[in-house]
Order: sequence, then structure tokens, then C-alpha cells
Amino acid sequence: MRDLVPIAGQVAAIAVVLGAGVMVLILSVTTLDALALSKARFYESHHFAQVFADLKRAPEGLARSLQEIPGVNQVETRVIAPMRLEVPGFPEPVRGQILSLPDGRQPRLNQLYLREGGLPDPERTDQVVISAPFAEAHGLRVGAPLTAIIDGRLERLTVIGVALSPEFVYQVGPADLLPDYQRYAVLWMNRRALGHAMDMDGAFNSLLVSLQAGADQDQVIEALDRYLARYGGVGAIGREDQLSHRFLSDELDQLRVMATVLPAIFLAVAAFLLNLLMGRIIQNQRQSIAILKAFGYTGWDLAVHYGLLTALIVVVGAALGVGFGAWAAEGLAVIYTEYFRFPALSLRLQPAVVVLAVLVAAGAAALGTGRAVFGAVRLPPAQAMRPPAPERFRPSWLEGSALWPRLGQPTRIILRNLLRHRFKALLSMIGIGLSGGLLLLGSYQFNAVDHLLDIQYRLVMKMDTHLVFTEATSERALAELRGLPGVAYVEGYRRVPVRLINGPRHYRTGIEGLEPEPQLRGLLDADRRPIRLPPEGLFLTDYLAGYLDLEVGDRVQVEIMEGHRRILEVDLAGTVDEPIGVSAYMERRALNRLMGEGPAISGAWLLTDAAERDRLFERLWEVPRVAGIGVIADAERQFRDYMDDTVLVMMGILLVMAGSITFAVVYNNARMTFSERVRELATLRVLGMTQTEVGWVLIGEIALLTMLAIPLGWLVGTGFAVLLNEAMTMDMFRVPFIITTWTYAFSAAGVLLASLLSLLLIARRLRDLDMILALKTIE
Amino acid sequence: MNWLKPRLGAGVIERRCERERVFVVRGLTKIYLMGEVEIQALRGVDLDLYAGELTVMLGASGSGKSTLLNILGGLDRASGGEVRYRDQDLTRARDRVLTDFRRRHVGFVFQFYNLIASLTARENVALVTEISPAPMRPEEALDLVGLGDRLDHFPSQLSGGEQQRVAIARAVAKRPAVLLCDEPTGALDSRTGVRVLQVLQQVNRDLGTTTAVITHNAVIGDMADRVIRLADGQVQDIQINAARRDPAELQW
Repeated sequence: MRDLVPIAGQVAAIAVVLGAGVMVLILSVTTLDALALSKARFYESHHFAQVFADLKRAPEGLARSLQEIPGVNQVETRVIAPMRLEVPGFPEPVRGQILSLPDGRQPRLNQLYLREGGLPDPERTDQVVISAPFAEAHGLRVGAPLTAIIDGRLERLTVIGVALSPEFVYQVGPADLLPDYQRYAVLWMNRRALGHAMDMDGAFNSLLVSLQAGADQDQVIEALDRYLARYGGVGAIGREDQLSHRFLSDELDQLRVMATVLPAIFLAVAAFLLNLLMGRIIQNQRQSIAILKAFGYTGWDLAVHYGLLTALIVVVGAALGVGFGAWAAEGLAVIYTEYFRFPALSLRLQPAVVVLAVLVAAGAAALGTGRAVFGAVRLPPAQAMRPPAPERFRPSWLEGSALWPRLGQPTRIILRNLLRHRFKALLSMIGIGLSGGLLLLGSYQFNAVDHLLDIQYRLVMKMDTHLVFTEATSERALAELRGLPGVAYVEGYRRVPVRLINGPRHYRTGIEGLEPEPQLRGLLDADRRPIRLPPEGLFLTDYLAGYLDLEVGDRVQVEIMEGHRRILEVDLAGTVDEPIGVSAYMERRALNRLMGEGPAISGAWLLTDAAERDRLFERLWEVPRVAGIGVIADAERQFRDYMDDTVLVMMGILLVMAGSITFAVVYNNARMTFSERVRELATLRVLGMTQTEVGWVLIGEIALLTMLAIPLGWLVGTGFAVLLNEAMTMDMFRVPFIITTWTYAFSAAGVLLASLLSLLLIARRLRDLDMILALKTIE
Repeated sequence: MNWLKPRLGAGVIERRCERERVFVVRGLTKIYLMGEVEIQALRGVDLDLYAGELTVMLGASGSGKSTLLNILGGLDRASGGEVRYRDQDLTRARDRVLTDFRRRHVGFVFQFYNLIASLTARENVALVTEISPAPMRPEEALDLVGLGDRLDHFPSQLSGGEQQRVAIARAVAKRPAVLLCDEPTGALDSRTGVRVLQVLQQVNRDLGTTTAVITHNAVIGDMADRVIRLADGQVQDIQINAARRDPAELQW
């Protein structure tokens, strides 16, 4: 192992490349596994329901009939109510929902995980359990007083417990994308108390169902819908449509994509580079190999020797990768648990993944080492110890050019060397290009996400305040809103929950009814130009049209999930290009006609005067119909935080990895070029060339390769980015495929910086170049 | 000027005092540190090299002859004593000064030729002429060594002897004051070696270049004006040849 010392830098660099590849695999797979496992355990241990149904009101006795539906395992009825809450010391009103618990005990389904305190006393009507993130956001503990307005009635409540529910792993308001733990609350109280407050004694308006093993969920849902239709059922849904579960699944899907695409790219690149680097290191050791052979070592001994060297690199690299990967995975998983609340984070290192990573690494290293060792061992020792015969050069095509006679000899050396070793030069170029590509992959999302948020909040959401009414309201309300202090502009919208159906494909979303030319809500076509809504016909987010396999002009089946349920048919009039959310749009009056109603609205968007905002909000909260007030600036900030915390943290880690790989590759390449040229460089020094002149021969070659590699890196990186972008297109948001000049510049700058650092390190060797030794020794 | 007084070969000085001394070496020592072991390569060498003469330095390996040549050529620095090239002190010269010295005044010929494989014969010579103040044309230099017809051959297309002649052309093309050759025939068979020596002799004769050849092959000494024998890092004796023999008559 003593011969490791002179190549320690290179060995370390190779181990870094390998470690970075392994780390990305461990990081993404472990994070994914931690979330998936935590989810599975929570769902299992707290009996998360499989089918959910909301209805207006049904008698408790119906539960027995529902229990008889084939495939149904357990049925839990409950009461849910929207509410408003006042938290002492928090100036703004809080929205939320309150759910019933069977008096004094856990429900059979969707059980609570109590962080603190206990369940309400069966005899008490004023005790509530509150959701843990809400409790944390306000510093509420057991015993804290709260004031709630439930169905218009004021209730004074006391916190008795703090809990998590599998139903609210992602605790988000019905119209929101991201959790706002300060302004959206979930509470639980005794069934009798809530039923009384809601006038639901002996009745229920929400149903949870679990299925028997092997039961057909669709059949159960169909049967439930038949039973519940006359009780105002709005359609039972499976977990896939349950809000929290859907967000969580989306996130897991996204992580799964990242956990497949990214490690595949990183490990493939690392394996390729490893192969390259090991091969070159061993070629450089030809002489040592010859001496060992001359001493009587067999080819097998040498293979073992280099096998051990490779094994050392693999072990060090894999250990680095696994160690840092697990460490970073824990950090990342903890960040995710800010958004997804589990009782416990089940973090584990999967041995299979570690083994896979090590195998890939070992395979790549063995291939690289094997090839080179075999080549070196085949040489008879005497031949290897003689100076190699001068390499064969031929005049190249370049020499016909007008430029050639003007080139100095050092430049000719560079060009002839590169052209002579086209394959090696190409591999080096590919190596540097790949690492440049990784840099681009790691950085493009920063800009793309910025771009996404700019579109969403500058071009789409042009209002500053968003009002949601408790139910459809006459558009006369708009006039009232206009009269409020500080309101500059008002636009009403209608929102109807629907299920869009095309053959076997269907999707639950909402149709938003807008003004023909909405001023506060941008609808953009593919060229980001505003769309004018026609008096008839449906517009879909292009992602949704693709998902439903619909073309403009097709008939879409629309199942109305509000009030009286029915299925209607509408023409698809066009598509809308927007990066966040999956919605459908119609002209508002057309939607009113479709619903068979007058000019109704579900809410309004406002432009307001910032100076009057506090006064305005105070007045708005007094309007009984206002269920929620959204401040767009808050939403944007939340979204940015969320992106920073999740996607961009991951990308930041990738960027560090890509940077390490780039440096390792470029340094190794420079170092190899130096070893291969050391004899020539020394000769040139002896012939009287200055350090600078000799340096050019080396630097010029590296610089030329780097320059060629940078555009290659752009190309490769763009390919990687397309791959990742395609894979990461999903419901919640679609990062637009935008690579800015800045991103390209960043990738190039990264590669150049790595080259510069490498050259600085090499410059030291160049300065200390031992001319005599280099002339005497061979290779 | 006590250092001008050589301790050996006083007779030579008398006979050749009218000739310019190119190198003056006094009390030269060189100690290498090989790991933790000190190796004394030169133990007080006194020597003069005169303008235009051809000197052969003979010695077994380890005698210090290569070390001496490296110090004369400005590739290495002495540990003690003094080396002067004309009126320039090389003993403690800085790297930049030594580089400049090599660039202007010294031509090197190596045992393994050290041609740049990626450059043709002409380009190998041009490598040096490009950085010299008053060089020959590369073609002229290659003509001089009898390779006027091999200008555009790459080293891999030339025999060992031809490669060494290209190396000589490269060394003399800048019209150096001194030509230093380190075992120039060491890697060649005797017939080819003789051809190379003839070229060296011709250069020395026609251009008047002060030439020093180091070798362990005593036969080569016969072509020199003076033969300096080195052993154990010291000059053992200096032999003055009354007449130089033509390399063609040499055999080994």
C-alpha cells in the first residue's frame, strides 16, 4: 500500500466521485423510504380509512345498512363542521374544521395519535383535542382556552389533548396547496357535544369505511353512493382522492422519480468516470508493474495487488457515500416532516440499497482496473522498463489549414497530442462534460422554480386577497364588497367541485367560473398570452387534458359533486398553460347555466389598498358568509419556503455532489495529463523553455479539453434536466422547463473553477519538476 | 584570484592559456539527500573547459560525471564550490537565470534522445530555434547532421541513430556556445554510435562549439582533445591527446 502515497490525491478524488454517486442513491432512496414507511406505519397503526364520504345528513341507523354492503369491513360515522376560531394573543381569525370523536373513546377508523394530554371526558362538552402542528404554531398546551364559532354559535373550549391523525398527515385547508398551521386548525370534540351544536343529534354527515381484504373499492363506492344519494351525499372517494393522502402520494411519487432518475444519472456518471480514472492510473504505473514482474510477481499477484487498491477505493467511497447519504437523508426527512406529520419518522438504512450501491461501484471500478491491469501485465517486463518507443504520429488534417504554419511548436504539441489520442481526449472530454452536466442538473431547478413562482404570482394570481364564501352566494355580494374600505377592485368567481370523466380516466377537481376576460386571475395559453373565455365550453389545464387524454373539441363528461349530483357533457374549448394546480375553467355565466342556477358566486378576488388592509380584514371577518380569507403574498411566501425546503434542499445537496465530482474529475484529468507528459515537459525545460512556456503545453491541453467539454456539458445537462423534468411533472406543480443563460454560465463557471483549482495544484508540481530525474528515468 | 589556480593540470593551463576558458570549476561539491541517506556525488572538483575543445569525461556509473554535466548545464545547483560560465556565476543562480543560461548558451544531447514524439524532425528543431536569438534555420541544422531529406518525419519513423542526430541538430541549431552530451551513444549499437560521434566531431570542428561528452566507454576518449577521468566524485586524471582520432576508426 506504500505506492498509494504518490497517488493519494487521485485515489481520494476517485473515492469522492464514487462516494458522491453512492450518496445520491442513499439519500434519495432513504428519504423516500423514511416517508413511505412512516406513512404506512401510521396508516396501519391508527386504522386510516379506505373510503370517505361526505353528505348533508343521514340518520345514525343507516350505518347498520351500510355495514352490510359487500366488501365493507368497518364503518365509522361522524360529524364534521367548518368553524372559525379565536386564539388568545393571535390577532387574525383562524379557519378550520372540527370533527367528532365517539364520546370518550378512540374511533374505530382514523384514530388519533395523542402527543399530549388525552381524549375528552365523555361527560364534558367543552373539551377539545387539537392538531399538533396547530398547537405548535401557537404554543398551545393542554388547558389552553379557545373560542370557536361553530354554525354561528360561540363555544368556549379548553384544550384537553394534542394529537396527530392519519387523515391530516398533510394538514391543509380545502382550497390551499400548502399548510398554514397558524391560520388553519383541526379540532376534535365529543360526538354528543358537536352533534348538539350542529343540530345533528342521532345523525351524521361524514362516513369512514375500511374494506375487507380483496374487496373491490369501486363497487363499494358505487353502493355507498346509491345509499347516500338521498341524504345529500356528494360522492364517496377512495384514499387516492383524500386530500392529505393525495398530497402525500404526490410528494412520494415525486421523490420516487428523483430516487430513480438522479441516482441512475449520478451512479452511471460515477461508474463511467471511475472506470476511466482507474484505467489511466494503472497505465501510468506501467513501470512499477514491470519491476514487480521482473522480481517474479505473477500476473495474478498483480491483479490481486490492484484489486486491493480498487477495493480500498470502493470501500472508502462507499463508506463516504453511505455515511453522508444517511446523514443527509435524515436531515431531508426531518424537513419533510415539517410538512407531513407522522408520530415517528421511521428512518432506516436499507441493506439492499447499500449492497446495490457498493456492487455498482465495485463493478465499475473492477472493470476499469481489470482492463488496464490486464494490458499492463501482458507486457514483458523488459519492454515495460525500456522507454516506450516514440509514439506514432501522423500529420493531421489540421495541418492543411492556413493557421497551422503560424502555430508555435508547443501549440502543435498540444494539438497533435489531442488528435493522436482522440479516443482518450474524447473520454476526458466526456468525463468533464458529464460532470458539467451534473452541475447543470443540480442548478437548473433553482432558476426554473423561480420562474414558476413568477408566472404563478405575477401572471396568474394577480389579486392580492382571495375570499371563499361558505356557500354559493348571489353576485350582489360583489357590490357590498366594493363598498368596503380599501377595496379597489372586485371580481367574483364560481367554483364547483366536479369529477371529469373521459372513458376509463377520471379526475376530481373543480371548475372555476370566471369573467370572460378576468382581470385578477390570468388564464394563459402556451405562449403566455391571456385567453378570452368563450360563452360556452370548458378549458382545462393542459396537464389535465393530457392526463384525461382529451383534445380540444372532445366531449367531456362532468360529474357535478355539489348539491344535486348529476353527470353532464361539455365540449373542451381549449387548454390553459399554468404551472401550479390542476383546474378547469368556464365562463362564469355558462357555469351558472350548467348548474341550473342564477348568477351565483363562490367567492371573490380583491385588489386592496395596503394601508387600509387591517381595517378591511376586520370588516370582512364580520361578514358571516366569508369562510376564508387568503392573502396571496402569504401564499407565495409559503410556496417559496416549501420549495426552498424540499426540492431545492435536495438540489442543493446534488449541486455539492456535482461540484465534488467535477473537481475530482478535472483534477484527476489534469494530474494524469501531467504524469503522461512529465518527460516531455522536463525535456522542454532542459532545452531552455521557461516555466510559463512549458506550463502552456500542459495548461493549453487541459484548457482546450475543458473548453470543448463545456458545451458538451450543457448538452448532457440539458438532457438530464429534460429527463428529470418530464419525470417530475405532476398534479401539484409542474416546474417549467426553463434553463436560463445563468444556469449555463453556472455550469461553465463550475467546470472552469475546478480546472483553475486543479491547474493551481498542478502548477506546484510543474515548479518542482525535477529535470534530471525526468530525463534519466523512463515514463 | 586564488580560485583561478587549478590544482591539477597546471601544464595544460600554460599551454593553452591563450585560449578562453568557457567553464571554470573550483572545489565543486554536490550532496544529494536520498531519503535519509546523504550521497556525496561530487567531492571537490576543479576543472576548466576551453572554448572550442572537445572533452570526453569518462567514469563508471556513480563517478559523478552526470552530476557534473548537469551542474555545468544549469540543470542542477552545486552544494559547494564554484562554477563559472565565462563571467557568469552559476553556483547560486536563480532558476530564471539558469533557464536563460540554458536557453542562450547550452545545447543538450541525451542518452534517450528525448525528442518530442508529436513533432516532426523539423519541428523538434524549430522548438529551440523559435526561442533563440540567432539560430540556424531548422533545415540547415538537419542538413548539418545529414538528415536534410528527413525533415517531415516523426521520431517514430526514424531509427535510433537518426533520432539522436535530430537531437544533435536540435541542440546545435541555436548556435550554442557549449554542447553537453550525456551518453549520446548509450542506447545505440556501435556502428550507429560511430555515425553519431562523427556528427558531434563535425559540429565541434565546423562550428567551433565547445563540446563535452560524458560516457563510460573509454574508447570514445580517443576522439577528444582531452579526456577527464572521474571516480568517486573527483577528477582522477586529465589526459591530453596529441591528436584526435576520427570516430570512424573507433571500435567497441
